[in-house]
Amino acid sequence: MKARATVSDDERALARLLISPALIYIGAVIGVPFVLALWFSVSDVTVSSAAGHFVGLENFRSAIDDPTFRRALGNTFLFAVGSQAIVIVLSTVLAVALSKEFRGKWVVRLLILLPWVAPVSLGSIGWLWILDSIYSVINWILQHSLHVCGALGQPHCPVWLGQPNLAMASIVAVQVWRTLPLATVIQLGGLTSIPQDIHDAAAIDGAGFFRTLFQITIPLVLPIMLVAVLFGFVFAFTDMIVVWVLTRGGPYDTTQVLASLAFFKGIDGGDLAGASAVALFLLPVLTAAAILMLRLARRTEGL
Amino acid sequence: MNAREAGKKVGHFGVIAAFATFAAFPFAWMLVTTFKQTNDLLDPNTFPFWYHQGPTLENLRVLFEETLFLRWIGNTLFVGVCVVLITLLLAVPAGYALARLSGTVGEQLGIAIFLTYLVPPTILFIPLAKVVSTLHLQDSLFSLVLVYPSFTIPFCTWLMMGFFKAIPRDLEEAAMVDGLSRFEAFTKVILPMSVAGLLTVVIFTFTLVMQEFVYGLTFINSGSKFTVSVGVPSFLVRGDVYFWGSLMGACFIASVPIAFLYNLFVDRFISGFTVGAVKG
Repeated sequence: MKARATVSDDERALARLLISPALIYIGAVIGVPFVLALWFSVSDVTVSSAAGHFVGLENFRSAIDDPTFRRALGNTFLFAVGSQAIVIVLSTVLAVALSKEFRGKWVVRLLILLPWVAPVSLGSIGWLWILDSIYSVINWILQHSLHVCGALGQPHCPVWLGQPNLAMASIVAVQVWRTLPLATVIQLGGLTSIPQDIHDAAAIDGAGFFRTLFQITIPLVLPIMLVAVLFGFVFAFTDMIVVWVLTRGGPYDTTQVLASLAFFKGIDGGDLAGASAVALFLLPVLTAAAILMLRLARRTEGL
Repeated sequence: MNAREAGKKVGHFGVIAAFATFAAFPFAWMLVTTFKQTNDLLDPNTFPFWYHQGPTLENLRVLFEETLFLRWIGNTLFVGVCVVLITLLLAVPAGYALARLSGTVGEQLGIAIFLTYLVPPTILFIPLAKVVSTLHLQDSLFSLVLVYPSFTIPFCTWLMMGFFKAIPRDLEEAAMVDGLSRFEAFTKVILPMSVAGLLTVVIFTFTLVMQEFVYGLTFINSGSKFTVSVGVPSFLVRGDVYFWGSLMGACFIASVPIAFLYNLFVDRFISGFTVGAVKG
């Protein structure tokens, strides 16, 4: 690390002056509601009541007793872990493919970034149409091109968003679609930072494509891959947009995640206390992710 | 070229083509659907990739004349501009101070600010709904103007910190030897050099505003006040009646142009994410 220039008292005062507005703003719009969320979760406050009473851990207890909540908790992990596990594999393949030079690369890069850049709620509506129960283009291909469903003597074509397991799978797939670009571009940054000498040396020693991939490339991009995965995990873990647009948690609350459940409980149902308790179940995992990220940052900074 | 190399090339092309199709198909499908006549769209037996009854502009006419789509775009622009101004005003000085003036404490403060980016709207939107209604900002675009900087300021502070760190210290030091104060050196020497960084902040703040969904859905109730990312899915999709042509047109128009703009800046965005994980 570079030697730090000494900072005089005047400059320290100026620093405080420059930083405080941002800190105060963040404190007001993140710190205050965060503390409020903690309070709500142990109170009985609702949309219409002015202030609530302390009820201890009642909200957490009734959440755990609720089968819909337990299902949502499971779904949240399935959604976040499942989608990111697929993303790791796919983004590695795609980043390796994109790290080569080829004609038209910028167009491909633009297309691959689209799902990340477009507002998620709108991209998900695209999928809502693709997965429609009657007009699904995927089903059209299954039925009319591949002839595997829909005709006499064949199974019915899948109702993608109408059957619990298929609906959950569709939601995970759309989340993969939407986080793949970020993971890929982050990994691509890692790949291009590997010096060419290392690849040359490996080639001279006769290492093939897969040997190079698993023994050189992947270990070297591992820290950056972890960053990509952690971000993707945090996004997926706390997100409700895909679920809200595709299924609204249905059929029969089988595809709720904690975020969407908190929304329906708190905003549609007015139970601010119960909803805060549901949302706070995210906190332990988020804290763990933050600590992991700090560790990672500190370890690589020491290099 | 021998067979093995040719095979590799075909494999490479296949992988790229498969991924590009997966990524872009929903948008291509939006575009196809936008120009289809409703009868054509709702005939499940015809080849869906073709205009059997000719393309039509009717869906777009409905979108622009009979829905609030333009209003939502306007709302999004209004909120976007306000949030960009607040973010620039607060995040740029903070980023500079963290990069230059505050030693080790600053570094830790910087990490702390970045970590607040990980506190998700999911935990905050319920208490914020109460705060917003207490402030009588319920159903007002100003509720969004107030709350959106909660995620734009942390990220942009971090981004600007990295940007300022990359500018050599000698520049300000020379200016200060010439008699400028530290603050003047910042405003007169460093800021004019940082136009690219500031532009990056503007673009990202704007895209983040455009993408935000949960707060918009929570704070806004009337159709005429939605932003585009909330208005389209909650207002154009009503009950079981879907105007797929207009809906797809709206999604395409609101997502693809901004993607082109963003694409120009994406590398900087990524380096903002991975500062600390890679050296260099």
